Amino acid sequence: MIELRRLTRHYQVGDQTVRALQEVDLTIPDGDYLAIMGPSGSGKSTLLHLLGCLDRPTSGSYRLDGREVGSLPEADLAQVRGRKIGFVFQFFHLVPRLTAAGNVELPMVLAGIRPAERRPRVAAALEAVGLSDRADHRPDQLSGGQRQRVAIARATVMSPSILLADEPTGNLDRASGHEIIDLIEAMNRSGLTLVVVTHDPEVGGRARRVVQLVDGRVVKDAPPDATRPGAPAGAA
Amino acid sequence: MTGFEILRFAWGALRGHRLRAGLTLLGVSIGVAAVVLLTALGEGARLYVTGEFAALGSNLLIVLPGKVETSGSAPIVGGTPRDLTLLDAQAVLRRCRQVRRVAPISLGSARVGYGDRRREVTILGGTPDLLPVRHLEVEVGRFLPDIDPDRAAPVAVIGRTVQRELFGAENPLGKPIRIGDRRFRVSGVMGGKGTSLGMNMDDIVIVPVASGLRLFNQTSLFRILIEVGAHEQIESARQEVLAILKLRHEGEEDVTILTQDSVLSAFNRILSALTLAIGGIAAISLSVAGIGIMNVMLVSVSERTSEIGLLKALGAAPGAILRVFLVEALLLSASGGLLGLLVGYGGAGALAHIFPALPAWPPNWAVAAAILLSTGSGIIFGVLPARRAARLDPVTALAGR
Repeated sequence: MIELRRLTRHYQVGDQTVRALQEVDLTIPDGDYLAIMGPSGSGKSTLLHLLGCLDRPTSGSYRLDGREVGSLPEADLAQVRGRKIGFVFQFFHLVPRLTAAGNVELPMVLAGIRPAERRPRVAAALEAVGLSDRADHRPDQLSGGQRQRVAIARATVMSPSILLADEPTGNLDRASGHEIIDLIEAMNRSGLTLVVVTHDPEVGGRARRVVQLVDGRVVKDAPPDATRPGAPAGAA
Repeated sequence: MTGFEILRFAWGALRGHRLRAGLTLLGVSIGVAAVVLLTALGEGARLYVTGEFAALGSNLLIVLPGKVETSGSAPIVGGTPRDLTLLDAQAVLRRCRQVRRVAPISLGSARVGYGDRRREVTILGGTPDLLPVRHLEVEVGRFLPDIDPDRAAPVAVIGRTVQRELFGAENPLGKPIRIGDRRFRVSGVMGGKGTSLGMNMDDIVIVPVASGLRLFNQTSLFRILIEVGAHEQIESARQEVLAILKLRHEGEEDVTILTQDSVLSAFNRILSALTLAIGGIAAISLSVAGIGIMNVMLVSVSERTSEIGLLKALGAAPGAILRVFLVEALLLSASGGLLGLLVGYGGAGALAHIFPALPAWPPNWAVAAAILLSTGSGIIFGVLPARRAARLDPVTALAGR
C-alpha cells in the first residue's frame, strides 16, 4: 500500500528552482496495476524515483505499507529498496561480468542471505521468467528480451511488494516488448503491485489505472478508456 | 553482505579490467620487490663484512701500546707511553686463566733480497701461536719454530707474493734470504689468505718476534693479540689483562685494549643504517604505486557509476559500496605485495646462489614493512575513491552521469 500526500520535489539548478513534482496525492493499493504517463519533463521519472526510494521528497509524505519512508536516512532507504521494491529499467542494467544467475542473485547477496538459501530462489526466479536454461549465460550472450527477463527475475527474487518498471519495453522490439508486458502482468495477477512508467500509449493502455502527469501535477487518474477516449477497443 | 561476498564481488570487478588491474599490481609489486631486494643486498653486505671479522675469531683481544684518550692538559715532559714488551705478553699468558693463547706482534718494513732480486716487504714478528690466533695456514714447509720468544732465530716464513717475486719457480725452502742487513733461512711458505684487515697477508715475511724487534731496533711490540677461551669471558678477560698490565706498568693505564666485538658492532651499526636507508628509498616507489592504485580506483568508480547506481537500487547501503571498493583497492595492493615478495625473495635467492659469499636475504623487519606499506597504501589511497562511490546519488548514478 502506497500513500502519497502533497508530495513535492523541487530541484535547484543554478539559481532556478525546477518544480519537478508538485503536491501529488496518490494512493496505490496492494496488487494494483498503474501506468504513469505524460510528456517528457512532466515529472514521471521523478515520481518513479520517489516511489522507489531512490530520491527524497522536498516536502509531503510518502507512506509505504504504513511506514513513513520519505525522510529515512540513506542506509534505511537502501534497506527499503532492497526488501520492498523491485526495479526494471529501460536499459536492463545488468552487471556485464556476472552470469544471469549471478545477476539474479545480487540483491540477495546484498541483503546477506545465505548461499544455501539463495540457490533455490535464483532457480525459481529464473524458472518464473522462462530462462532456466540460460542461467550460466552472460548478458552479452542474451537477446534484449532475455536480458529484460533476467532483470525482472532479479527485481522479483526478493519478493518485493512493488515492481517499478521504467519504460520496460523502450529498448525492445514489439514482440519482445509484448512478452515482457505479459510476464509482468502475470506477476501482477499473482499479487505484485505493478507501476509502469511509459511513453507508449499501447503499454499504458493495458494498465488498470493510468496516472497522467503534466508539469509535475496529476491531471488525470482514471482507467485507460477514460484517459484516451479515442483508443481503439481491445488495443491490448 | 559478508566479507567473503565482498571479496568475491571485488575480485570479479578486478577481473573485469584485467590490463588496468595488472599494471597497477605490477607497480605495487615492483615497489615491494625493490624493498625486499635492496634490503637483502644491504643485509647480505652486512653479514659478509661481519662474517669476515668473525672469521678472525670473535674471542680476540687486541692490546695496543698507548692510551687512546684525550687528556686534560698536554704533557710537558715525556708523553711517550711505556713499552709493550714480550715480558708483558708472557705475564698475561701466565697470570690470566681465561687467556688461551697470546701472540705478540712486531711490525716493520724492510728490503728483502734473494740473489739479485730485492723487494720492499712488511716484516711481521710473531710466535708459533700467531698461526692459530689469526687463523693462518702454512702451505709448504714449517711455521716459526717453537723456541723461547726472547731468542732471535734467523728463520723466516714468506708469503705467496714474496715467494713468487723472489724465487719464481725455484723451491724456497732452506734458501737464505736477506732482510735488511741480516740473513734468514726460509722455513715455509704461507697459504693464500689475501687481504685481511687492510694488510696484504700474501706480501709479507714472518720472523720470530725477537728477530723482528732486533731487526728494526724496536723496544716495544706493535700489539699483542690475546685469544680468550670463550666468547662470554671476553669482557672479564679484558678487565683482568688491563689490571695485569697496569700493575706491570707502575700503576699507569697506558695501553688500549680493543675487543673484536667493538669493531664488529661499529661495522654492524654502519651497515644496518645503510640497509635502512636504501630500504627507505625503495619504499618511496611503494608510495608512488599507492597513487597508482588511487588513480585506477577513481577511473573505476567513474566508469562503473551506473553499476554503483544499480547496486544502490538493489538495496546496497553506502557502507556496503564503500567496503566493496575499499576491498578492491586492498586486493590490488595485497596481491601486488604478494607478487613483489615472490619476486624479491626469488631475486635474493638467485643473488645468494650466484654469489655464495654474499648471503643476500631480506631482513624480517624490511619484509614486514613492505607488506604493511603496500597494504596500507591500498587502504589509504583506496578510501577517497571508495567514499566517492558510496556518496553517489542513486538517481544520478543510475543515469550513468
